[in-house]
Amino acid sequence: MSKEGRLATVLGLFLVAVALVVWAVASFITPGVPGGVVNYTNTQAAGQPVNLTVETVGSIGFGAHPSWVSYLTKDPHTGKWVHETSWELPANTVVHMTIYQYDSGSPLRNQEWGQVQGTIGDNATLNGKTFSSYNSNTGTGVGHTFAVPQLNLVVPLVGVGGSNICGTAPCLINFPHNTETFSFKTPGPGSYNWQCFVPCALGYLFGNGGAMSAQNYMGGELEVVQ
Amino acid sequence: MTSENPPKNDTNHLQRITVIWIIVSIIGDLLYWFLVGPHVPPGRMTSTAKGNQFDFNVLFIIAFPVLVGIWEYMLYAVINWRSKKEGVPESVGGPRAAENRKLQTSWIAITTVVVLLLAAYGTVEVIVGKGSGGGEGPNPIWQPTGAVKAETAALAGNGTWSPNSNEVLPVQVIAQQWKFTYRYPTFGGFESPYLILPNDTNIVFNVTSLDVIHSFWAYQLEVKADANPMENNVAFTKTEQLGSFEVRCSELCGIWHGAMFNSGQVLTPAAFMAWATKTEAANAVNTKDLPPFAWTYVPDANGSSGGYYPDGTVTPYSPVEVYGSKQPSS
Repeated sequence: MSKEGRLATVLGLFLVAVALVVWAVASFITPGVPGGVVNYTNTQAAGQPVNLTVETVGSIGFGAHPSWVSYLTKDPHTGKWVHETSWELPANTVVHMTIYQYDSGSPLRNQEWGQVQGTIGDNATLNGKTFSSYNSNTGTGVGHTFAVPQLNLVVPLVGVGGSNICGTAPCLINFPHNTETFSFKTPGPGSYNWQCFVPCALGYLFGNGGAMSAQNYMGGELEVVQ
Repeated sequence: MTSENPPKNDTNHLQRITVIWIIVSIIGDLLYWFLVGPHVPPGRMTSTAKGNQFDFNVLFIIAFPVLVGIWEYMLYAVINWRSKKEGVPESVGGPRAAENRKLQTSWIAITTVVVLLLAAYGTVEVIVGKGSGGGEGPNPIWQPTGAVKAETAALAGNGTWSPNSNEVLPVQVIAQQWKFTYRYPTFGGFESPYLILPNDTNIVFNVTSLDVIHSFWAYQLEVKADANPMENNVAFTKTEQLGSFEVRCSELCGIWHGAMFNSGQVLTPAAFMAWATKTEAANAVNTKDLPPFAWTYVPDANGSSGGYYPDGTVTPYSPVEVYGSKQPSS
């Protein structure tokens, strides 16, 4: 190869490398909402509370892992249940959360998660009755928790008893369920993960694999924006 | 043969190198010790953090002259003994460059002494520092006075602590996927997601896990201990400064490992007492449902055998009293 040819090759490779670096940096710093995030920033007037409704189901019944336990979100725009667990929320805003818990329960591995923490008033309602702590060693136990560790927000979701438990999402309201409500205030902008503290991934080591270690099942993100 | 004659100024070279080395080393070490040393992480928040900073600084002032010596010699050699132009005799080389037994012996002796001294120094610092904030397992070899008494009382449920009492404060660190929580056995055994500590107090951390292996790393406290299921890993420190610190998991433990962190605070003993008393009362409803305080807990009550729920005969989160020879039997 001639000297000019080698020079052109080196120059070309250099330009490709520069373009890749620019693309990587631009992708990193460009704000944007990744796919699969339910947007709550335009569902209400600025400064007004956000209403967020989710449900839990023992086995989702469709998709790549139909037997996996999962959360679902009620799309605020269409009113339909969607298999998404990441939400874009406005910062410093009160969120009124309603959770329909359709799954059975058991004792918690750590009863610490039986105490409602981080909500407004440090309490929640269970089928209309206010509570601040639930002993998971009694009754139907706790099926799941809704927890945002970085906000020290934890709410135990009391398990459902009986035999007619919903097994395929989305669950209809006539299936046995518990309705829990609570409110919390979003922090400043940032990304905050939420998770379940009940090791409910059946068949996985310590119950924390599978649905517990996959996005869109028993955990997700709070994408808080200004 | 002119080229085989030794250079006339060999001694001058050695003297010059030595003088430069001593001056640069002393100036560099003094500048580092007084200007940089006090600001080296992890700071001086606890006895172990202070000890860690001191050790790092000592190692630096020992290592710096070695570094200076190597760099200076290389630079000096490049400037003075580099290859000359054609026809000009080399200043080094020939039979004199083959070996220098005196120099080799000195080098081996000095480096051997330095390494052995550092080994001895490190061992002493670990002993004096009561483990230097590292997890010592369930039967710590080195521990502050009063630790066994405090741990025994904590397990028996009759531990006490009050400001200015000079008592050791036991704190249990419970790791789980993916958050740390903390139990305070001397305050009714309440559990909290907040790690709050009193200043000027010997703390004994009892670190365990409810599932996989985590690692409790309180960076500014210079405390780091692995959290293993069914194991009580004990670490000590003494708080010496008010302020906040960061706790992180330093063992890759699953999908949210990167988010397994929180912050803690060192308060005045009076403020800590007020917080602990208030939290004990506020958490009383849930504390009564927690298992009795123990060094470790069975992590497989829920999610055991691959994730299946207990059949109702298994006590969830049940205490297991795992003791070592220096721990109380019951």
